[in-house]
Amino acid sequence: MWEIEELDVEPITTVIPWVNSSKSRLGFEWGPGDMLFYETVKGGGPKGKVCPLIHVVRKDEEMYSPILRKLFNESHHIFVGLQRSQEESASKPKTHQFVSISKNYRSVIRACIEELQHIAVSSAVSALTAQDYNQISILLAVELIWNLCEILFIEAAPAGTLLLHLLDWVQVHNAGVDDEAQELLHSEDPAQHPKFWDVVICYVLQGRIQEARQLLAKQATQKPAASSMFKTMDGLLKKMPVFNPSGNQTLTEFELKWGHWHEECNRHLEDSSFASNSNMETVCKILLGDKDTLLSQKKHLTNWYHFLVTQLLYTHPAVKPQDLQYYAQECMDMFLKNQIEPEPLDSILLAAFKFDILQVIKDCSIALNNWWFVAHLTDLLDHCRLLQSHNLHFGSNLREFLLLEYASGLFTHHSLWQLAVDYFDYCPEFGKAYLELHIERVSLDTERKALKVLRICEQRQMTEQVRSICKIMAKKSLHNNRLGSALSWSIRAKDAGFATLISDRFLEDYCSRGSFSDLELIDNLGTSMLLSDRLTFLGKYCEFHRLYGEKRFTEAAKLLLSLMTARLAPRSFWMTLLTDALPLLEQKKVIFSAEQTYELMQCLEELTSSDQNEHPSEQEDDIEITKVELLRLALARNLASAIVQEGSVNAF
Amino acid sequence: MFVARSIPADHKDLIHDVSYDFHGRRMATCSSDQSVKVWDKGENGEWHCTASWKTHSGSVWRVTWAHPEFGQVLASCSFDRTAAVWEEIVGESNDKQRGQSHWIKRTTLVDSRTSVTDVKFAPKHMGLMLTTCSADGVVRIYEAPDVMNLSQWSLQHEISCKLSCSCISWNPSSSRAHSPMLAVGSDDNNPNLVGKVHIYEYNENTRKYAKAETLSMVTDPVHDVAFAPNLGRSFHVLAVATKDVCIFNLVPLRKEPSSTSGPTKFDIQTVAQFEHHNSQVWRVSWNITSTLLASSGDDGCVRLWKANYMGNWKCTGILKGDGTPVNGTSNQHGMLTSPLGSANQTIQGSLNGTSASRYFFPPLEPPRAGSRWSSYAQLLPPPTLIEQTCDADTASHQLPHPRRRYTTRPLNPLPENEGD
Repeated sequence: MWEIEELDVEPITTVIPWVNSSKSRLGFEWGPGDMLFYETVKGGGPKGKVCPLIHVVRKDEEMYSPILRKLFNESHHIFVGLQRSQEESASKPKTHQFVSISKNYRSVIRACIEELQHIAVSSAVSALTAQDYNQISILLAVELIWNLCEILFIEAAPAGTLLLHLLDWVQVHNAGVDDEAQELLHSEDPAQHPKFWDVVICYVLQGRIQEARQLLAKQATQKPAASSMFKTMDGLLKKMPVFNPSGNQTLTEFELKWGHWHEECNRHLEDSSFASNSNMETVCKILLGDKDTLLSQKKHLTNWYHFLVTQLLYTHPAVKPQDLQYYAQECMDMFLKNQIEPEPLDSILLAAFKFDILQVIKDCSIALNNWWFVAHLTDLLDHCRLLQSHNLHFGSNLREFLLLEYASGLFTHHSLWQLAVDYFDYCPEFGKAYLELHIERVSLDTERKALKVLRICEQRQMTEQVRSICKIMAKKSLHNNRLGSALSWSIRAKDAGFATLISDRFLEDYCSRGSFSDLELIDNLGTSMLLSDRLTFLGKYCEFHRLYGEKRFTEAAKLLLSLMTARLAPRSFWMTLLTDALPLLEQKKVIFSAEQTYELMQCLEELTSSDQNEHPSEQEDDIEITKVELLRLALARNLASAIVQEGSVNAF
Repeated sequence: MFVARSIPADHKDLIHDVSYDFHGRRMATCSSDQSVKVWDKGENGEWHCTASWKTHSGSVWRVTWAHPEFGQVLASCSFDRTAAVWEEIVGESNDKQRGQSHWIKRTTLVDSRTSVTDVKFAPKHMGLMLTTCSADGVVRIYEAPDVMNLSQWSLQHEISCKLSCSCISWNPSSSRAHSPMLAVGSDDNNPNLVGKVHIYEYNENTRKYAKAETLSMVTDPVHDVAFAPNLGRSFHVLAVATKDVCIFNLVPLRKEPSSTSGPTKFDIQTVAQFEHHNSQVWRVSWNITSTLLASSGDDGCVRLWKANYMGNWKCTGILKGDGTPVNGTSNQHGMLTSPLGSANQTIQGSLNGTSASRYFFPPLEPPRAGSRWSSYAQLLPPPTLIEQTCDADTASHQLPHPRRRYTTRPLNPLPENEGD
């Protein structure tokens, strides 16, 4: 049953067209990257002709976007780099190393966003699909969240520095003001531009005081009457204390100085120094962090977290990390007061401000349904030892759980699966088991691909998978009548039975065609021919043919004989071997010695006596008998010449 | 998740089983029309039927592939009381030119006296072994001693379950620590005969299969059982399709030193029990790494179940028919005119990725005034992406309710007090 707290998250319904009614029964089958569905018992409706359909349901078409593929590739490098640096360095790594890794991840996201935007601008609208636009918006959100996590969790900036980072964060993600400023500055009279004050206020809201001052200076030159007011404002802006983390100033000194400045601003407001210019007064109120004024600038702030950071800048510039959550909740409530429920992004950012790392990861998993993001972020946070306290009784920890999910997704892709291997390598608990299950499913379409998969398995001592791949390839080659390939794969698989079988096929082929295919392969078997007796025989028999071809008759004859006397040759092949001996026996020069000839004769007799038990057809019998007669004659002649020659040699 | 394409299977009756081969490049279908069809996936992802032949003289219930180490081998079982083994051979050259492959029957297994309800190959480390179960309550294990000669099969074991058998599942674990093990389910509907799932284990000493355990808590008819891949765990996970979807952990108990010859006893823990189908469940099946379980019930739905990292199982996805009647005509080109409603839903599904196990991004941010990424969302072109032709008026494409778009959940909420 559903538990009450989880009612809010419902399963997603996918509708399959042309399936009749709720009474029908759906059959299904898991596939690589997809699922098949079919109606297996028809629901109501008229009985009659059926046209069964099989529906292919897919889940991850984004995987095929070429730009996201780049994201996966690049982040894979960073991921592997991080794992290796952890393995190599014995000492505890420094925070700045993690920050730089985090920045690398973010720059990969940025590069993707820029590439997508570039396509959007440079090409026809039709080139970008709705999904691409979605991807841009999602990547932007992901980068925003990641950046905040970097500041709060990884960099763990202390009071003072914290706000500087948050300001950067807001500036980077609300960069729209820069475009407007450019437009303004390129206009004929910037000071009279209708958006002049919008831009100034935006700059002030983002704490970009220098830019604001430069703009205000343009206005000041045009309004000499108000020059003292502009001078006062410029003075206030110029004097605004900014914490310098590398300086000698302590945080207390900074706060004291800032307090004085704040009072000075307040004095000017109460003096009505800016009363003559409502915009100047607004700027002054912003400098004082006046909530109502800030909230009236919603259109410039655009979101509650900008509001939060601006408010902190002008009220609590030395905010402590642990106090952030109170301000964040308050600012969000104030900013979104008409909204019944915050959007997922709001909840995620709020959880981050509350330093609730698990909530961030959980919410991201639900909202983004994006394993890439949660897997990489969680891995990095785990390396920063921020997840150590959460030992999970599932056995695997959260990091591994997410990495396994991400890598499993990669494995459904025809080329990205290679990246997944490294992710599995760094999952100590289930990584090996997952890799074994996934890699054996990679379809071995070509020899090249099979070799690639094989290398991965060999590097990891996955002996069973290595054997299985070789076996499959051997079987496939044999199926396609590619004996050479089948033989070399079965040698790799160390499959003696199969090697024997293929050797027999080679020998059969030889008997029917009188020549060997793949001679080069067999000639170069080396020690691998020892895998099976039959294979050894095949190798040796080919060697005999080579020697014979090279006219090294004595060696050839010796080898041929030994194949029979050592009982290496299958009995069924003896007649072929003896027939092969015929031309050697009939050479003018004596090749088989008398002793060797005796042995050949013995082999022939052994063969013919055992053959008598069998009853071949009469016609075959006739041919056999003729062959045997011929052999006997040749052997007798050779024996005679050998004895004569050996006798004459001995005589000397 | 979304329907990427629909393939007219061209069977003349209902399909009973569809089975992917080990690498997912081929599939086999079987039907009440007594035939089996083999389909091959082309470079472009299209499926082509490369063989279709009459296999039995009754409805074909199940079709299954042997591991590719044994070649291209299929087994089928049927109402005609037989199971059969088929092997693809290199056919005539003109067959190949027509893109057709040739399958020949290697054997017919005729030992059953009733309908053969399931057929499964044993895990490959056991060799080439085939298991059948039948309505007369007998599980039979056959072996091809010579893997190069599939016409010779010997009946190695006959296990009498005494209850009408509907399904079998081998434990895929190849660990030496576990003896070969299989689960058998019974669809006998006599509630007095308790325990509709039996676990049999091979005993090295007696060289026989002996009943190791009966899942006595399963008293209703069972239509499918499925062992999950072991993943190196010390226990086994079994899913059962009965009146609900059940997941059990089978934890081997330490054997008494004195009774080493007896079968392993298990502590059987119910991990999950879901009644969502509200009706008979017909199939259960795990994905490759058993992170997802799919189940099909008489409510016309397939449900996807997923465990979070705490091991808590939840329903994350539902797939069901759209309720449109099938009009009985199929287009030869596989392009079907979509009924209005379903096309809309399909497009929504594809654009918004409302799925339980899609890996990437459904739109996170609805357009919000002034926010930086809302400007892109406003540029959305009209959705025209779907492989099927669709006569639906594009104006009627409605965006789903914004809340619905965020309800995907690969990860379940973290219970605060879990495990205390």
